[in-house]
Order: sequence, then structure tokens, then C-alpha cells
Amino acid sequence: MNGANTAINLGVFGIFVLITLYIVYRAGSRNVTKSDYYAAGGGFTGAQNGIALSGDFLSAASFLGISGAIAVNGYDGFLYSIGWVVAWLIGLMLIAERLRNTGRYTMGDVMAFRMRERPVRAAAANATLVISLFYMIAQMAGAGGLMALLLDVHSKVGQAAIIAVVGIIMVLYVLVGGMKGTTWVQIIKAGFLILSVLLLTIFLIGKFGFDLSTMLERATQKSPLGDAVLSPGVKYGASDLSKIDFLSLALALLFGTASLPHVLMRFYTVPNAREARRSVVWATCMVATFYLCTLVLGFGAMALVGTDEITSAPGGENSAAPLLAFHIGGAVLLGIVAAVAFATILAVVAGLTLTASASFAHDVYASVIKHGEADPRSEVRVARLTAIVVGVLAIIGGIAANGQNVAFLVALAFAIAASANLPTLLYSLFWKRFNTTGTLWSIYGGLSLCIVLIAFSPAISGSPSSVFPSADFAWFPLSNPGIVSIPLSFLAGYLGTIFSKKPADPHKQSEMEVRALTGIGSGLR
Amino acid sequence: MTKALPSPGFATFEDHDHGLLLDGDGEPDFGRIQQSADFQLLRRRIATFVIPATLLFLSWYVTFVLLSAYADDFMSQPVFGVINVGLVFGFLQFASTIIITLAYSRYAKRRLDPQVDAVRSLVDADEEQL
Repeated sequence: MNGANTAINLGVFGIFVLITLYIVYRAGSRNVTKSDYYAAGGGFTGAQNGIALSGDFLSAASFLGISGAIAVNGYDGFLYSIGWVVAWLIGLMLIAERLRNTGRYTMGDVMAFRMRERPVRAAAANATLVISLFYMIAQMAGAGGLMALLLDVHSKVGQAAIIAVVGIIMVLYVLVGGMKGTTWVQIIKAGFLILSVLLLTIFLIGKFGFDLSTMLERATQKSPLGDAVLSPGVKYGASDLSKIDFLSLALALLFGTASLPHVLMRFYTVPNAREARRSVVWATCMVATFYLCTLVLGFGAMALVGTDEITSAPGGENSAAPLLAFHIGGAVLLGIVAAVAFATILAVVAGLTLTASASFAHDVYASVIKHGEADPRSEVRVARLTAIVVGVLAIIGGIAANGQNVAFLVALAFAIAASANLPTLLYSLFWKRFNTTGTLWSIYGGLSLCIVLIAFSPAISGSPSSVFPSADFAWFPLSNPGIVSIPLSFLAGYLGTIFSKKPADPHKQSEMEVRALTGIGSGLR
Repeated sequence: MTKALPSPGFATFEDHDHGLLLDGDGEPDFGRIQQSADFQLLRRRIATFVIPATLLFLSWYVTFVLLSAYADDFMSQPVFGVINVGLVFGFLQFASTIIITLAYSRYAKRRLDPQVDAVRSLVDADEEQL
């Protein structure tokens, strides 16, 4: 890929950034109130918000990571997409409407509703910050790998500079546009992303005479694994341990989706619970379409580009989709696909930054530090400052994690979300006796257990693909901790509740249940 | 909305006439709303759909994952062309998710939303009386 191609890539990407920044500027110029900054005043329709929700969710992990995982591991990469589609049912039936009715801006609103407010809000904010950072670092690492491929930047310093630029642009989106601007970025990005994968997919299937089986057959011929890539077990079938790792990943994907803070926060940008439900229906359809396309793209990349060329390219597995585009449509199509991928990263990271900053300002600054008496203007100022700090941390982390498979890193964030948030949310919505102690135990228990298990897992040290390949302090054998940490976190919440001497407040429980199911008392219509 | 309420609406209204669902400050009395027949019916209707649907998709997903991990012979049997049982099951996961999503959406519109309105109208009616 020569200098002229680089110019095309940068051109397409630059245009996207300029257009979106202009829209963000126009949308966000009157962003003054808390409600505007955090939840866009609740003013989006279900359809708009559903598209934005899919935009928030479909990250570089989905586009680059999954198509890459399928192109290299075949069937075993497909699991990611299935888990991420099925998972929306939890959000739809158990969480979205209740969250919209109960809370206002953050996950902490719901968790602290009938508990002692300050400790629970602090815990919810801690979980939000850790999960968002983990998720962001994965996205930033993806940006580094992508640019390595596109701009032919091989030096670590050059890639680090690119990661820093991504970080700065995304903080700009958030500072200028708040939630409204960020939502428009998500809508535009989701439109771009889904349209381009759809067109690529139709083209690819057309190339193989609209016969999926022929395409898969060609793919098996170009893979060193042969027919085995279409069957389970390429990546995870080697031993009993790796099979358990596979189950663990499957659970983390399923239970993590509806507990990601930036996904939860998107249920607040609509006026009422019915629109929240409509959002999830839209998002589910968009996400399902997208993942069906990535399946075709992944096997298409295997058939046309070949596994060997993908794994040896700069950026590794993550470069399957861009390479496929280059094989089909040369530098121009590569430029477009790369720009779309890059826009995806930018938008997702902006959404995460907004969530993290809202959580700190609303839950920690306003409730814990100022005892709920913060001036709304200073709260928004704190949120903006937090966005900058979070941006800097994500840049540093992204540079450190550069080169890892993005989907894999994101799966770790899902495991943390599923452990710290899901048990707490479900218990507080559905279990009468659940109390403050139980809440704290399940948040902190799930969060710390999950982080400790990841720190001592093969994901961090002791194997060639680890973050620190030269060190070996791994004693936990699974690279995804979900299968251990999710049940233990449910258990922690249960034990905390049972052993606590302070019973749950029955009046608050009545209020929460009535409000969650009907919206009475929320002021929503 | 300007038309007179049909008699069943009035019946519910009359039921609670002797005791308002608001507390002394004019705020909703959540404890009594929670005990009301209309709210209990809403809860039952939600449970009727959500519990079986959740159990269904969870067990179907877990079955699929377990089969992928431990029954690769079965999953690699070709169905048509090179497309095998595993891939077909994968596509069926997509299909079942969309079906459950649309079914819930339809159920909620027909059976849950009207009941939510019924519960809310109890409180609204009381507010008007004050």
C-alpha cells in the first residue's frame, strides 16, 4: 500500500471527522443543562435511539475483531456474533423499560434507588469507570492496529501517536456535543457501518453466484485447517480446559451486553419506557443484520485473501476486513472501509467517555462529595473535566495494549460488566429482600474477583499471546473468567443480603417496583 | 379520549373510590398501588411472557454452546453443501432471537401497555379528585 492509497484513506477519514464534528457542534451548541449533557434531554425517538444503540454497541471489536476471528478460526469466531445477538433479549425483556422508568442519567440511579445512596452510588461509579476504561483500551488498541495497516505505520511510536490522535478527537466530540452530539455521531456511524457491510456482503455472495455453500467451500480450500474451519473446535476444542474457556466466553458475551454502562445509559435518551423498548427492538434487528454480514465477510476474507496473508499482515487478525476490501475494490474501497472502521472506533470511544464522565460527575461528585447539593452547572463542568482525564487514561492504556485481538480484549470487559453489574441490577429490580450490603457485595465482589482472575490469567502473562509474554505469573487457567466470576457475584449478592442486619426498606421497594413497571412517580409519560 | 369511559373503566374506578391511591401529601401511595388488583394483573401478565421466554432462549443458547464444545461430530455433519449442523444452529439462534423480540414487542403492545395505562389511570383519577 503506497503513498497515494494513504492519501485516499486519510482523505475519506478526514471528511468523516469534519462532517461529524460540524454536526456535533450544531447539535450541541445549546448544551447547558445536566439533562442535555447526560441524556440529550430524553428527546430521541425509539427508532433513532435504537440505531444509536446499535452504533454504540457495534464497536471495532465487532467489525474488525469478529470478521478477523471468523477469517482465521472459522466457526469458533462465529460464537462471538451469536452471543452478542442473543444477549439483547435480556436487555429487552428484563432491563430496558425498568431502567428508563426508575433512573434518570446513570446506572447508579437504579442501583441506589432503594439502598443507602452514597456507598452504592460510589460502587456503581467505580464499576462504570473500570468497565468503560477496559472497553476503551480495547478500542484504542484496535485503532492502532488499523492504522498500522492503512498508513503502513510499523513503528510503535507512530502507532502510539495515532492512538493519541483518536483519543483527542473523541474527547472533542464529547466536550462539544454532550449526549445529543454523541448520539448523532452514533446514528451516522451506524448508518455508514451497516450500509457498507451490507453492500460488501451482497457483492461477495454475488461473486460466488449467490451460493453460500460455494463460498464456504472456497474458504476451506484457502485455510490451512481445511474443512475443520466450518466445525466447532478450531480455537477452543484442543483440551477440556479450552472447552471450559469457550463456555466461559459464551456466558460473558450473553450476560455482559445488557450490563455495559454505555448501553444502559442509552435507555435514558428516550422520553419513556415504550420508546426504550422500541429502541431495543430496532437495535436487535440492526445488530443481527450486521453480524450475519460479518459472517459472510469473515468467510469471504478467508476465501479471497486467505488465512496466511491475514495473519501475517500488520494488525494481524484485525486486518481481515480491510484486506478483503482491498482485494475487491482496491485502494478506494480500502479507504472507505478503513474510514468506516475508524469512525466506529471514534464513536464508540466517545460514547464510553461520555458514560464514564457522567457516572463520575453525577454519582461521585454530586451525590458522594457534594451530598446531592451540587450546582448543576458545576456538575456538568466536572463531567467535562472527567472526560478529559478518561481520555488521557484511555490513550495510555491503548498504547500499552496495542496489537492484541480487539474482540478478545472486549470480551474481558464484558466479563467484568456481567460480574459487577448484572447480578446487582437483576437483584435490585426483582428481589424484594435485596439490600445495601448485598448491593455492595455483588458490585465489589464481582468487580474485584473478575479483575484478580484476569490479572492472573493467560490473557495477561505466561503465553505467547499475553499482554506480557515474557513474564509468567498466571495461576488461573481460563483466559475469560466469566464462568467463575458471574455465579460467584450472584452468590456474593445473596450472602451479603442474608448476613446483613439491616433489612430492605419495604416502602422503597414498593415505590421502585411500581415505578419500574408503570413509570408512576417518574414524571415520564 | 373525550368519549365517556366504558362501564368496566368506571367499575375499576369505583372499586378504589373509598380509599385513594394517594398519600396525605398527594403523592402516589406506592404500597397500595402495589397491592391493587390492576397492578397485580400487570405483574402476572409480564411474568406469563417473560419467564418462559427467558428460560427458553437461555436453555437454547446454552444447549447450542454445549453442543459446540462437546459434540463437534454432531455439529460438523453436513446438511446441504458444506453447510453443517453447527452453522444451521447458529443461524437458528439469530432467527429465534428476532422471533422472540418481535413477539415480546407485540405482546407488550397488546397486553402490557393497556394494563400499564389502567394502573396509571387509577392514580390520575385520584389526583383529579383532590
